[in-house]
Amino acid sequence: MRLPPARGVALSLLLLTAILFPLLVDNPYLVSVVITAYVTAIAVYGLDVMLGYTGELSLAQGGFFGIGGYSAGILMATYEVSFWIALPAAVVMTAALGYVIGLAALRTRGDYFAIFTLAVGVMIVIIIERWEGVTGGTDGLIGIPPPSSIGPLRFDSLTAQYYLVLFFLVLTIYVVWSLVNSLVGRTFVAVRNSEELARAVGIDAGKTHQLSFVISAALAGLGGALYAVFLGYIGPAMGGVQMTFMMLVYLMIGGVASLAGPLVGTLLVTGLMQFLQAFAEYQMMALGPILVVVIIFFPKGLAGLAKLLPERWRR
Amino acid sequence: MTLFLQQFVNGIALGSVYSLVALGLTLVYGVLKVPNFAHGALYMAGAYVSYVMLTSFGASYIVAMAVSVVVLAVLGGSMEWLVFRRLEGKTPVHSMIAALGLLFFMEGTADVIWGPTFRQVPTPFDGVVTLLGVNITEQRILVIVAAVVTMVGLYLLLKRTLVGMSIEAMAQDREGALLVGIDTRRVALLTFAISGALAAVAGSLIAPLLLVFPNMGELIILKAFVIVILGGMGSVPGAILGGYLLALAETMAGTYVSFAFSELIAFGLLVLVLVIRPTGLFQKGV
Repeated sequence: MRLPPARGVALSLLLLTAILFPLLVDNPYLVSVVITAYVTAIAVYGLDVMLGYTGELSLAQGGFFGIGGYSAGILMATYEVSFWIALPAAVVMTAALGYVIGLAALRTRGDYFAIFTLAVGVMIVIIIERWEGVTGGTDGLIGIPPPSSIGPLRFDSLTAQYYLVLFFLVLTIYVVWSLVNSLVGRTFVAVRNSEELARAVGIDAGKTHQLSFVISAALAGLGGALYAVFLGYIGPAMGGVQMTFMMLVYLMIGGVASLAGPLVGTLLVTGLMQFLQAFAEYQMMALGPILVVVIIFFPKGLAGLAKLLPERWRR
Repeated sequence: MTLFLQQFVNGIALGSVYSLVALGLTLVYGVLKVPNFAHGALYMAGAYVSYVMLTSFGASYIVAMAVSVVVLAVLGGSMEWLVFRRLEGKTPVHSMIAALGLLFFMEGTADVIWGPTFRQVPTPFDGVVTLLGVNITEQRILVIVAAVVTMVGLYLLLKRTLVGMSIEAMAQDREGALLVGIDTRRVALLTFAISGALAAVAGSLIAPLLLVFPNMGELIILKAFVIVILGGMGSVPGAILGGYLLALAETMAGTYVSFAFSELIAFGLLVLVLVIRPTGLFQKGV
């Protein structure tokens, strides 16, 4: 699991940029845009574990994002539980639900799996909207407090929240990186490439899918919980199918099954959308065709293009 | 008893629309082997085209529906021609993501043009017929009759014409169809056009009974998927029967249990089918 030196240097530089970013950019709005992108990217990494490495399209990712957000939000706003307990609780809750849903969903593969998870995603929104006493219904849930301080560490400033979210993003990337380079990650890819072949060499394909789905849900839960706490508010749209679609756009533009893809795609598209806020109305109208063009002409996204470039230079 | 009959008629009317939507979905699945997530958006677009023809152009209901059918056939065909044809030979995941892109493109476009407001569609068939103590609006009668006519038309097209037979042949075995000289690309294009036309009929028929809005296709497409999975992906009789059965179950549950329960039926069925037989209840046969 050792990195080639050039990549190590590049990664350190990137991390340094990320750390210095809020100190160099004196623009709270921009910082909060990047925070939103970071938390969404965490869930996009989850989508990538399932779609990129295991090869199954899960359309419940937005729903899991919502479950994470609502779990943390309800615990903190209604029951006044500390962030440091609510966050892991939200992740465990989402992972557990992911496990149970996976038991039924993973009896299928491919198109049936996509349809089933789409139905799950829609049902999650309906439940959130109808369960008014707990979730606040269509109005959503307001008054989620910022994380409580640990000793001298306080998290009520934007910069502090930036570093908190950055920490979880780096942790996510590290976990995903370790995972895909481990034996477990290789079984994901083996199952993706050929389930029959994987079974033939003794891989338990059912367990592999289940594990990948639970990890994917847990990351969505983590992202969703951080999202809710950072915004201080959560509404049903956050768990909607449109959220899943946005994540899919980020992932496909950034590049599936690549370590940088989810982050690059999310930062780029979120940034561009903020830049083009005047055209917010046309957002979905534009993103739909962009996704189609990416899928047809650049199915590996920007990460795939980046890998092609050095090869061309070498010739 | 009157209540039961009343709800039975309402269920049949709703089922007619479910069946038409499921038919388009199942035909495309047979040919493409990919669930077309954008199909609900075609249904929505069909309703909007009728709405515009009726309100802005003052067209008669039948003309509005005819225009909608033509527009949606072209739209459905161009989806195949511009997008899905180019994804031939790639994994089904690619086509599914492309279909999602098309879905959000069409919903986004409708949102930009007409806004998120709910629109009421006028119908000339607003009278009420009373039969055995049951009040049936003329629009519902139209829905039921028009759906049956469309289904019979589709059946004749599939069984009696060369085009229809080549669609069935391709659904059964794509390579085999290619071997006996069927132009599979042309057939795929035609299937998408037919599927768009069916969605237009469904959307135009239901529009005066429900409201028209950009996301109107989202829930019905999910139900159509449940129907198609129940009836067997690619099966035409399965889609028709499944559509009526699901709508009847929903209407009855809504009447005798609760509305919230009726909304859960489709999802409950889906879970049940997947747990019992993940490949669908009926063997696939066209």
